[in-house]
Amino acid sequence: MEDLKSTPLRAAHEGLKALMAPFGGWLMPIQYAGIIAEHRWCRERAALFDICHMGEFLYKGDIVEDGLEGVFTFSVKTIAVGRSRYGFLLNEDGGVIDDLIVFRLAEDEAMIVVNAATTGNDFSVIRSRLKNPAVLTDISSRTGKVDLQGPLSREIMVRHFGPQIVDIPFFKFIRTRILDEDAIVSRTGYTGELGYEIFLPADKVARLWEILLQEPDVAPAGLGARDLLRLEMGYSLYGSDLDEGITPLTAGLSSFVNMDKEFIGKGALQRELAQGSPLAKVAFRVDSRRAPRHHYEILHEGEKVGSVTSGAFSPMLSCGIGLGLVKPSVAALGTRLVIRHERVEMEAEVVELPFYTGGSLRA
Amino acid sequence: MAKFFTKEHEWVEMAGGQATVGISEHAAHELGDITYVELPKIGRSVKQFDTLAGIESVKAASDIYAPISGKVVEVNQALDEAPELVNQGAEAQGWICKLEGVDEGELASLMDAETYGTYLRGL
Repeated sequence: MEDLKSTPLRAAHEGLKALMAPFGGWLMPIQYAGIIAEHRWCRERAALFDICHMGEFLYKGDIVEDGLEGVFTFSVKTIAVGRSRYGFLLNEDGGVIDDLIVFRLAEDEAMIVVNAATTGNDFSVIRSRLKNPAVLTDISSRTGKVDLQGPLSREIMVRHFGPQIVDIPFFKFIRTRILDEDAIVSRTGYTGELGYEIFLPADKVARLWEILLQEPDVAPAGLGARDLLRLEMGYSLYGSDLDEGITPLTAGLSSFVNMDKEFIGKGALQRELAQGSPLAKVAFRVDSRRAPRHHYEILHEGEKVGSVTSGAFSPMLSCGIGLGLVKPSVAALGTRLVIRHERVEMEAEVVELPFYTGGSLRA
Repeated sequence: MAKFFTKEHEWVEMAGGQATVGISEHAAHELGDITYVELPKIGRSVKQFDTLAGIESVKAASDIYAPISGKVVEVNQALDEAPELVNQGAEAQGWICKLEGVDEGELASLMDAETYGTYLRGL
Protein backbone atom coordinates (compact mmCIF):
# COMPACT_ATOMS: atom_id res chain seq x y z
CA MET A 1 0.00 0.00 0.00
CA GLU A 2 1.90 2.98 -1.23
CA ASP A 3 1.23 6.67 -0.61
CA LEU A 4 -1.68 6.21 1.75
CA LYS A 5 -2.94 9.53 3.05
CA SER A 6 -3.57 10.09 6.76
CA THR A 7 -6.23 12.29 8.33
CA PRO A 8 -5.32 14.79 11.10
CA LEU A 9 -6.75 12.24 13.54
CA ARG A 10 -4.32 9.43 12.81
CA ALA A 11 -2.42 9.84 16.08
CA ALA A 12 -5.72 9.91 17.99
CA HIS A 13 -6.81 6.63 16.37
CA GLU A 14 -3.49 5.01 17.12
CA GLY A 15 -3.78 6.20 20.73
CA LEU A 16 -7.18 4.47 20.88
CA LYS A 17 -5.58 1.30 19.48
CA ALA A 18 -7.81 1.36 16.41
CA LEU A 19 -7.42 -1.27 13.73
CA MET A 20 -6.33 0.79 10.72
CA ALA A 21 -6.69 -0.23 7.07
CA PRO A 22 -6.59 1.39 3.62
CA PHE A 23 -9.85 2.84 2.33
CA GLY A 24 -10.14 4.96 -0.81
CA GLY A 25 -6.44 5.83 -0.72
CA TRP A 26 -6.50 6.72 2.98
CA LEU A 27 -5.36 4.92 6.11
CA MET A 28 -8.60 4.86 8.11
CA PRO A 29 -9.84 3.38 11.40
CA ILE A 30 -11.93 0.26 10.74
CA GLN A 31 -12.76 -0.46 14.37
CA TYR A 32 -11.89 0.45 17.94
CA ALA A 33 -13.79 -1.60 20.57
CA GLY A 34 -15.41 -3.82 17.93
CA ILE A 35 -17.70 -3.28 14.98
CA ILE A 36 -20.91 -4.55 16.59
CA ALA A 37 -20.34 -2.66 19.86
CA GLU A 38 -19.69 0.57 17.91
CA HIS A 39 -22.76 -0.03 15.74
CA ARG A 40 -24.91 -0.49 18.84
CA TRP A 41 -23.42 2.60 20.47
CA CYS A 42 -24.47 4.67 17.45
CA ARG A 43 -28.01 3.24 17.49
CA GLU A 44 -28.37 3.86 21.25
CA ARG A 45 -26.15 6.82 22.17
CA ALA A 46 -23.77 8.88 20.02
CA ALA A 47 -20.87 7.67 17.89
CA LEU A 48 -18.04 9.84 16.59
CA PHE A 49 -16.60 9.18 13.14
CA ASP A 50 -13.48 10.55 11.44
CA ILE A 51 -14.67 11.53 7.97
CA CYS A 52 -11.74 13.79 7.07
CA HIS A 53 -10.98 11.58 4.07
CA MET A 54 -14.00 12.83 2.13
CA GLY A 55 -13.42 15.60 -0.41
CA GLU A 56 -14.79 19.14 -0.33
CA PHE A 57 -14.86 21.66 -3.17
CA LEU A 58 -15.78 25.31 -2.77
CA TYR A 59 -17.68 26.98 -5.61
CA LYS A 60 -17.73 30.78 -5.61
CA GLY A 61 -19.55 32.13 -8.63
CA ASP A 62 -22.93 32.54 -10.22
CA ILE A 63 -24.68 29.15 -10.00
CA VAL A 64 -26.24 29.41 -13.47
CA GLU A 65 -23.87 31.75 -15.40
CA ASP A 66 -20.67 29.96 -14.34
CA GLY A 67 -22.17 26.59 -15.10
CA LEU A 68 -22.79 24.63 -11.84
CA GLU A 69 -26.51 24.29 -12.53
CA GLY A 70 -25.88 21.88 -15.41
CA VAL A 71 -23.33 19.64 -13.71
CA PHE A 72 -25.39 17.35 -11.46
CA THR A 73 -28.61 15.33 -11.72
CA PHE A 74 -30.33 17.85 -9.47
CA SER A 75 -30.83 21.60 -9.57
CA VAL A 76 -28.42 23.64 -7.45
CA LYS A 77 -30.12 26.99 -8.03
CA THR A 78 -33.31 25.77 -6.32
CA ILE A 79 -31.49 24.70 -3.14
CA ALA A 80 -32.28 27.36 -0.56
CA VAL A 81 -29.31 28.91 1.21
CA GLY A 82 -28.74 26.83 4.36
CA ARG A 83 -29.96 23.62 2.76
CA SER A 84 -28.22 20.70 1.07
CA ARG A 85 -29.19 18.17 -1.60
CA TYR A 86 -27.98 14.68 -2.53
CA GLY A 87 -27.49 13.48 -6.10
CA PHE A 88 -25.06 12.42 -8.80
CA LEU A 89 -22.31 13.41 -11.18
CA LEU A 90 -22.81 11.28 -14.31
CA ASN A 91 -20.79 10.36 -17.38
CA GLU A 92 -22.22 10.60 -20.93
CA ASP A 93 -23.62 7.06 -20.61
CA GLY A 94 -25.52 7.96 -17.45
CA GLY A 95 -23.05 6.02 -15.27
CA VAL A 96 -22.35 7.38 -11.79
CA ILE A 97 -18.97 9.13 -11.53
CA ASP A 98 -19.84 9.93 -7.93
CA ASP A 99 -22.66 10.46 -5.48
CA LEU A 100 -22.35 13.69 -3.52
CA ILE A 101 -24.04 16.41 -1.51
CA VAL A 102 -24.16 20.10 -2.41
CA PHE A 103 -24.47 22.61 0.44
CA ARG A 104 -25.84 25.99 -0.64
CA LEU A 105 -23.70 28.35 1.44
CA ALA A 106 -24.85 31.63 -0.14
CA GLU A 107 -26.47 32.97 -3.32
CA ASP A 108 -23.18 32.60 -5.19
CA GLU A 109 -21.44 30.00 -3.02
CA ALA A 110 -21.73 26.24 -2.65
CA MET A 111 -19.74 23.43 -1.06
CA ILE A 112 -19.64 20.07 -2.82
CA VAL A 113 -18.87 17.06 -0.63
CA VAL A 114 -17.65 13.97 -2.49
CA ASN A 115 -16.27 10.50 -1.79
CA ALA A 116 -12.61 10.09 -0.84
CA ALA A 117 -11.46 7.75 -3.60
CA THR A 118 -13.10 9.84 -6.32
CA THR A 119 -12.06 13.32 -5.11
CA GLY A 120 -9.32 13.97 -7.69
CA ASN A 121 -11.31 12.78 -10.67
CA ASP A 122 -14.49 14.54 -9.54
CA PHE A 123 -12.61 17.81 -9.29
CA SER A 124 -11.32 17.63 -12.87
CA VAL A 125 -14.66 16.46 -14.26
CA ILE A 126 -16.66 19.19 -12.52
CA ARG A 127 -14.14 21.87 -13.56
CA SER A 128 -14.22 20.69 -17.16
CA ARG A 129 -17.99 21.16 -17.18
CA LEU A 130 -17.98 24.69 -15.81
CA LYS A 131 -18.07 27.70 -18.09
CA ASN A 132 -15.66 29.36 -15.70
CA PRO A 133 -13.46 26.69 -14.05
CA ALA A 134 -11.74 29.27 -11.84
CA VAL A 135 -14.80 29.41 -9.56
CA LEU A 136 -14.06 25.92 -8.17
CA THR A 137 -11.40 25.23 -5.50
CA ASP A 138 -10.47 21.91 -3.94
CA ILE A 139 -10.49 22.63 -0.19
CA SER A 140 -10.26 18.96 0.87
CA SER A 141 -6.84 19.14 2.52
CA ARG A 142 -7.64 22.16 4.66
CA THR A 143 -11.12 20.94 5.59
CA GLY A 144 -11.68 18.52 8.44
CA LYS A 145 -14.91 16.63 9.00
CA VAL A 146 -16.23 14.58 11.89
CA ASP A 147 -19.71 13.10 12.21
CA LEU A 148 -21.53 12.77 15.52
CA GLN A 149 -24.42 10.36 15.01
CA GLY A 150 -26.90 8.80 17.37
CA PRO A 151 -30.07 9.58 19.33
CA LEU A 152 -28.12 11.52 21.99
CA SER A 153 -26.15 13.61 19.49
CA ARG A 154 -28.44 16.65 19.63
CA GLU A 155 -28.18 17.21 23.37
CA ILE A 156 -24.41 16.76 23.24
CA MET A 157 -24.07 19.22 20.35
CA VAL A 158 -26.28 21.76 22.13
CA ARG A 159 -24.21 21.49 25.29
CA HIS A 160 -21.01 22.26 23.39
CA PHE A 161 -22.03 24.47 20.51
CA GLY A 162 -25.14 26.29 21.62
CA PRO A 163 -28.95 26.18 21.49
CA GLN A 164 -29.10 27.04 17.78
CA ILE A 165 -28.35 23.34 17.10
CA VAL A 166 -31.82 22.36 18.37
CA ASP A 167 -33.54 23.94 15.39
CA ILE A 168 -31.52 22.43 12.55
CA PRO A 169 -33.96 20.32 10.50
CA PHE A 170 -32.96 17.29 8.42
CA PHE A 171 -30.78 18.27 5.42
CA LYS A 172 -30.28 21.82 6.72
CA PHE A 173 -27.10 23.27 8.14
CA ILE A 174 -25.87 26.30 10.03
CA ARG A 175 -22.63 28.26 9.80
CA THR A 176 -21.30 28.84 13.25
CA ARG A 177 -18.07 29.30 15.25
CA ILE A 178 -16.40 26.27 16.83
CA LEU A 179 -13.00 26.58 18.60
CA ASP A 180 -12.81 30.16 17.29
CA GLU A 181 -13.06 29.00 13.68
CA ASP A 182 -15.75 29.15 11.02
CA ALA A 183 -17.56 25.83 11.01
CA ILE A 184 -20.52 24.20 9.34
CA VAL A 185 -22.86 21.98 11.34
CA SER A 186 -25.14 19.97 9.08
CA ARG A 187 -28.04 17.72 10.04
CA THR A 188 -27.00 14.94 7.66
CA GLY A 189 -25.31 11.58 8.00
CA TYR A 190 -24.96 8.03 6.79
CA THR A 191 -26.31 6.03 9.72
CA GLY A 192 -30.10 6.40 9.89
CA GLU A 193 -29.80 8.12 13.27
CA LEU A 194 -30.25 11.70 14.35
CA GLY A 195 -26.86 13.21 13.72
CA TYR A 196 -24.59 15.95 12.56
CA GLU A 197 -21.71 16.38 10.17
CA ILE A 198 -19.24 19.01 11.38
CA PHE A 199 -16.89 20.75 8.95
CA LEU A 200 -13.98 22.57 10.57
CA PRO A 201 -10.46 23.63 9.52
CA ALA A 202 -8.31 20.49 9.42
CA ASP A 203 -5.89 21.73 12.08
CA LYS A 204 -8.70 22.06 14.67
CA VAL A 205 -10.27 18.66 14.17
CA ALA A 206 -8.05 16.83 16.65
CA ARG A 207 -9.11 19.24 19.40
CA LEU A 208 -12.80 18.85 18.51
CA TRP A 209 -12.40 15.06 18.51
CA GLU A 210 -10.82 15.18 21.96
CA ILE A 211 -13.55 17.43 23.37
CA LEU A 212 -16.40 15.28 22.07
CA LEU A 213 -14.78 12.05 23.26
CA GLN A 214 -14.72 13.39 26.81
CA GLU A 215 -18.51 13.04 26.80
CA PRO A 216 -19.43 9.76 28.54
CA ASP A 217 -22.13 9.07 25.94
CA VAL A 218 -19.75 9.49 22.99
CA ALA A 219 -17.57 6.66 21.67
CA PRO A 220 -15.49 6.51 18.51
CA ALA A 221 -16.77 4.33 15.66
CA GLY A 222 -14.87 3.15 12.62
CA LEU A 223 -15.70 2.48 9.01
CA GLY A 224 -16.77 -1.08 9.83
CA ALA A 225 -19.68 0.10 11.98
CA ARG A 226 -20.43 2.87 9.48
CA ASP A 227 -20.87 0.27 6.74
CA LEU A 228 -23.33 -1.78 8.83
CA LEU A 229 -25.27 1.33 9.81
CA ARG A 230 -25.63 2.59 6.24
CA LEU A 231 -26.55 -0.84 4.90
CA GLU A 232 -29.32 -1.28 7.49
CA MET A 233 -30.78 1.91 5.98
CA GLY A 234 -30.21 0.68 2.41
CA TYR A 235 -27.94 3.64 1.57
CA SER A 236 -25.71 3.01 -1.44
CA LEU A 237 -21.94 2.87 -1.10
CA TYR A 238 -19.95 4.25 -4.02
CA GLY A 239 -17.61 1.60 -5.41
CA SER A 240 -19.92 -1.24 -4.26
CA ASP A 241 -23.52 -0.34 -5.13
CA LEU A 242 -22.68 2.50 -7.52
CA ASP A 243 -20.00 2.97 -10.14
CA GLU A 244 -19.47 4.32 -13.64
CA GLY A 245 -21.20 1.30 -15.16
CA ILE A 246 -24.47 1.80 -13.23
CA THR A 247 -27.02 4.54 -13.78
CA PRO A 248 -29.01 6.04 -10.89
CA LEU A 249 -32.18 4.63 -12.49
CA THR A 250 -30.80 1.09 -12.41
CA ALA A 251 -29.60 1.67 -8.86
CA GLY A 252 -33.15 2.58 -7.80
CA LEU A 253 -32.21 6.19 -7.06
CA SER A 254 -34.38 8.04 -9.59
CA SER A 255 -35.75 10.33 -6.88
CA PHE A 256 -32.37 12.08 -6.88
CA VAL A 257 -32.51 12.71 -10.63
CA ASN A 258 -34.41 15.71 -11.97
CA MET A 259 -35.35 14.94 -15.57
CA ASP A 260 -36.79 18.46 -16.00
CA LYS A 261 -33.34 20.03 -16.14
CA GLU A 262 -30.28 19.56 -18.35
CA PHE A 263 -27.22 17.56 -17.22
CA ILE A 264 -24.59 15.35 -18.82
CA GLY A 265 -25.89 11.79 -19.02
CA LYS A 266 -29.54 12.80 -19.32
CA GLY A 267 -29.82 11.45 -22.88
CA ALA A 268 -28.73 8.00 -21.72
CA LEU A 269 -31.23 8.09 -18.85
CA GLN A 270 -34.04 9.07 -21.25
CA ARG A 271 -33.19 6.06 -23.41
CA GLU A 272 -33.15 3.83 -20.32
CA LEU A 273 -36.56 5.17 -19.29
CA ALA A 274 -37.94 4.44 -22.76
CA GLN A 275 -36.39 0.99 -23.16
CA GLY A 276 -36.46 -0.21 -19.56
CA SER A 277 -33.47 -0.90 -17.31
CA PRO A 278 -31.44 -4.04 -18.00
CA LEU A 279 -31.10 -4.63 -14.25
CA ALA A 280 -33.00 -3.61 -11.14
CA LYS A 281 -31.82 -2.95 -7.63
CA VAL A 282 -33.18 -5.23 -4.92
CA ALA A 283 -32.93 -5.27 -1.18
CA PHE A 284 -33.13 -8.73 0.33
CA ARG A 285 -33.22 -10.34 3.72
CA VAL A 286 -31.51 -13.67 4.34
CA ASP A 287 -33.39 -16.42 6.24
CA SER A 288 -30.40 -17.05 8.53
CA ARG A 289 -27.52 -15.22 10.20
CA ARG A 290 -25.36 -15.83 7.13
CA ALA A 291 -24.02 -12.67 5.51
CA PRO A 292 -24.20 -12.11 1.76
CA ARG A 293 -21.12 -10.30 0.44
CA HIS A 294 -20.13 -8.16 -2.54
CA HIS A 295 -20.02 -10.24 -5.78
CA TYR A 296 -21.90 -13.28 -4.43
CA GLU A 297 -24.23 -14.70 -7.11
CA ILE A 298 -28.00 -14.26 -6.91
CA LEU A 299 -30.14 -17.11 -8.27
CA HIS A 300 -33.85 -17.53 -8.83
CA GLU A 301 -35.30 -21.00 -9.46
CA GLY A 302 -31.81 -22.28 -10.25
CA GLU A 303 -30.93 -19.61 -12.78
CA LYS A 304 -28.34 -16.89 -12.19
CA VAL A 305 -30.20 -13.57 -12.18
CA GLY A 306 -27.70 -11.12 -10.75
CA SER A 307 -25.15 -10.41 -8.05
CA VAL A 308 -24.82 -8.90 -4.61
CA THR A 309 -23.45 -5.35 -4.46
CA SER A 310 -23.40 -4.98 -0.63
CA GLY A 311 -24.15 -7.37 2.17
CA ALA A 312 -23.62 -7.92 5.87
CA PHE A 313 -25.00 -9.44 9.02
CA SER A 314 -27.45 -6.93 10.49
CA PRO A 315 -27.13 -6.68 14.28
CA MET A 316 -30.54 -4.97 14.50
CA LEU A 317 -32.38 -7.61 12.47
CA SER A 318 -30.19 -10.57 13.54
CA CYS A 319 -29.99 -11.87 9.99
CA GLY A 320 -28.10 -11.31 6.77
CA ILE A 321 -29.16 -8.34 4.62
CA GLY A 322 -28.01 -7.18 1.24
CA LEU A 323 -28.43 -5.08 -1.86
CA GLY A 324 -28.04 -6.46 -5.34
CA LEU A 325 -28.62 -5.95 -9.03
CA VAL A 326 -30.90 -8.51 -10.68
CA LYS A 327 -33.02 -9.06 -13.76
CA PRO A 328 -36.07 -6.81 -13.37
CA SER A 329 -38.40 -9.84 -13.57
CA VAL A 330 -37.26 -11.07 -10.13
CA ALA A 331 -37.19 -7.72 -8.33
CA ALA A 332 -40.76 -7.75 -6.98
CA LEU A 333 -41.27 -7.67 -3.21
CA GLY A 334 -41.58 -11.16 -1.78
CA THR A 335 -39.58 -12.86 -4.55
CA ARG A 336 -37.52 -15.75 -3.21
CA LEU A 337 -33.84 -15.71 -4.10
CA VAL A 338 -30.82 -17.88 -3.39
CA ILE A 339 -27.47 -16.24 -2.69
CA ARG A 340 -24.48 -18.40 -3.54
CA HIS A 341 -20.71 -18.27 -3.34
CA GLU A 342 -18.62 -21.43 -3.70
CA ARG A 343 -20.09 -23.85 -1.13
CA VAL A 344 -21.95 -21.14 0.78
CA GLU A 345 -25.66 -20.90 -0.03
CA MET A 346 -28.41 -18.93 1.66
CA GLU A 347 -32.09 -18.32 0.99
CA ALA A 348 -33.40 -14.79 0.90
CA GLU A 349 -36.46 -12.72 0.12
CA VAL A 350 -36.85 -9.37 -1.62
CA VAL A 351 -37.96 -6.76 0.93
CA GLU A 352 -38.59 -3.03 1.20
CA LEU A 353 -36.05 -0.45 2.32
CA PRO A 354 -34.99 0.57 4.84
CA PHE A 355 -34.20 -2.76 6.47
CA TYR A 356 -34.12 -1.03 9.85
CA THR A 357 -36.97 1.33 10.66
CA GLY A 358 -36.29 2.13 14.31
CA GLY A 359 -33.70 4.89 13.80
CA SER A 360 -33.85 8.38 15.27
CA LEU A 361 -33.03 10.03 11.90
CA ARG A 362 -36.04 12.36 11.85
CA ALA A 363 -36.30 12.80 15.61
CA MET B 1 -4.49 -33.39 27.66
CA ALA B 2 -2.95 -30.45 25.85
CA LYS B 3 -4.20 -28.61 22.79
CA PHE B 4 -2.63 -28.96 19.37
CA PHE B 5 -2.90 -26.31 16.67
CA THR B 6 -2.93 -26.15 12.87
CA LYS B 7 -1.34 -23.49 10.69
CA GLU B 8 -4.89 -22.49 9.75
CA HIS B 9 -5.56 -21.70 13.43
CA GLU B 10 -7.77 -24.61 14.48
CA TRP B 11 -7.17 -26.43 17.76
CA VAL B 12 -7.88 -29.98 18.88
CA GLU B 13 -7.81 -31.46 22.34
CA MET B 14 -8.17 -35.16 23.17
CA ALA B 15 -10.19 -36.39 26.17
CA GLY B 16 -11.53 -39.89 26.73
CA GLY B 17 -11.01 -40.91 23.09
CA GLN B 18 -12.92 -37.85 21.81
CA ALA B 19 -11.35 -34.88 20.04
CA THR B 20 -12.80 -31.43 20.77
CA VAL B 21 -12.20 -28.97 17.95
CA GLY B 22 -12.34 -25.17 17.70
CA ILE B 23 -10.56 -22.13 16.34
CA SER B 24 -7.75 -20.43 18.22
CA GLU B 25 -8.14 -17.26 20.25
CA HIS B 26 -5.82 -15.62 17.77
CA ALA B 27 -8.12 -16.54 14.87
CA ALA B 28 -11.21 -15.32 16.73
CA HIS B 29 -9.51 -12.02 17.46
CA GLU B 30 -8.46 -11.60 13.84
CA LEU B 31 -11.96 -12.37 12.57
CA GLY B 32 -13.53 -9.76 14.83
CA ASP B 33 -17.18 -10.06 15.90
CA ILE B 34 -18.35 -13.53 14.90
CA THR B 35 -21.91 -13.51 13.58
CA TYR B 36 -22.50 -17.06 12.32
CA VAL B 37 -21.05 -20.52 12.77
CA GLU B 38 -21.92 -23.22 10.25
CA LEU B 39 -21.80 -26.36 12.38
CA PRO B 40 -20.97 -29.71 10.75
CA LYS B 41 -23.61 -32.44 10.47
CA ILE B 42 -23.50 -35.08 13.18
CA GLY B 43 -22.36 -38.39 11.75
CA ARG B 44 -20.21 -36.84 9.04
CA SER B 45 -16.71 -38.28 8.62
CA VAL B 46 -13.87 -35.95 7.75
CA LYS B 47 -10.25 -36.41 6.81
CA GLN B 48 -7.54 -34.31 8.44
CA PHE B 49 -7.36 -30.82 6.86
CA ASP B 50 -10.66 -31.23 4.95
CA THR B 51 -13.29 -28.51 5.29
CA LEU B 52 -15.20 -29.22 8.50
CA ALA B 53 -17.28 -26.12 9.23
CA GLY B 54 -17.68 -22.47 8.31
CA ILE B 55 -17.47 -19.26 10.28
CA GLU B 56 -18.51 -15.71 9.48
CA SER B 57 -17.63 -12.45 11.12
CA VAL B 58 -18.54 -8.85 10.39
CA LYS B 59 -15.44 -8.81 8.20
CA ALA B 60 -15.19 -12.15 6.39
CA ALA B 61 -16.39 -15.68 5.79
CA SER B 62 -13.88 -18.48 6.38
CA ASP B 63 -13.69 -22.25 6.31
CA ILE B 64 -12.71 -24.27 9.35
CA TYR B 65 -10.59 -27.33 8.54
CA ALA B 66 -10.49 -30.58 10.49
CA PRO B 67 -7.29 -30.66 12.56
CA ILE B 68 -7.65 -34.43 12.77
CA SER B 69 -9.60 -37.16 10.92
CA GLY B 70 -12.72 -38.51 12.60
CA LYS B 71 -16.49 -38.67 12.77
CA VAL B 72 -18.59 -35.78 14.12
CA VAL B 73 -20.47 -36.96 17.21
CA GLU B 74 -21.44 -33.68 18.85
CA VAL B 75 -21.70 -30.01 17.86
CA ASN B 76 -21.80 -26.89 20.04
CA GLN B 77 -25.47 -26.05 19.47
CA ALA B 78 -25.18 -22.91 21.62
CA LEU B 79 -23.31 -21.26 18.75
CA ASP B 80 -26.49 -21.23 16.62
CA GLU B 81 -28.00 -18.55 18.82
CA ALA B 82 -24.83 -17.09 20.29
CA PRO B 83 -21.90 -17.25 17.85
CA GLU B 84 -20.24 -14.52 19.95
CA LEU B 85 -19.30 -17.30 22.40
CA VAL B 86 -16.38 -17.92 20.04
CA ASN B 87 -15.14 -14.37 20.66
CA GLN B 88 -15.67 -14.79 24.39
CA GLY B 89 -13.74 -18.05 24.63
CA ALA B 90 -12.54 -19.56 21.38
CA GLU B 91 -10.51 -22.20 23.20
CA ALA B 92 -13.17 -22.91 25.84
CA GLN B 93 -16.98 -22.40 25.61
CA GLY B 94 -16.61 -21.48 21.93
CA TRP B 95 -15.63 -25.01 20.84
CA ILE B 96 -17.13 -26.11 17.51
CA CYS B 97 -17.59 -29.90 17.59
CA LYS B 98 -16.38 -33.24 18.91
CA LEU B 99 -14.96 -36.06 16.79
CA GLU B 100 -14.63 -39.76 17.50
CA GLY B 101 -12.66 -42.54 15.87
CA VAL B 102 -9.63 -40.34 15.51
CA ASP B 103 -6.06 -41.40 14.83
CA GLU B 104 -4.01 -39.75 17.55
CA GLY B 105 -0.92 -40.32 15.45
CA GLU B 106 -2.08 -37.39 13.28
CA LEU B 107 -1.43 -35.04 16.20
CA ALA B 108 2.25 -35.36 15.35
CA SER B 109 1.69 -33.17 12.27
CA LEU B 110 0.25 -30.35 14.43
CA MET B 111 1.88 -27.76 16.70
CA ASP B 112 1.80 -27.76 20.47
CA ALA B 113 0.86 -24.49 22.22
CA GLU B 114 4.43 -23.31 22.52
CA THR B 115 5.28 -23.99 18.87
CA TYR B 116 2.01 -22.35 17.80
CA GLY B 117 2.92 -19.28 19.87
CA THR B 118 6.26 -19.06 18.06
CA TYR B 119 4.45 -19.56 14.74
CA LEU B 120 2.09 -16.63 15.51
CA ARG B 121 4.97 -14.33 16.36
CA GLY B 122 6.46 -15.12 12.95
CA LEU B 123 3.28 -14.22 11.02
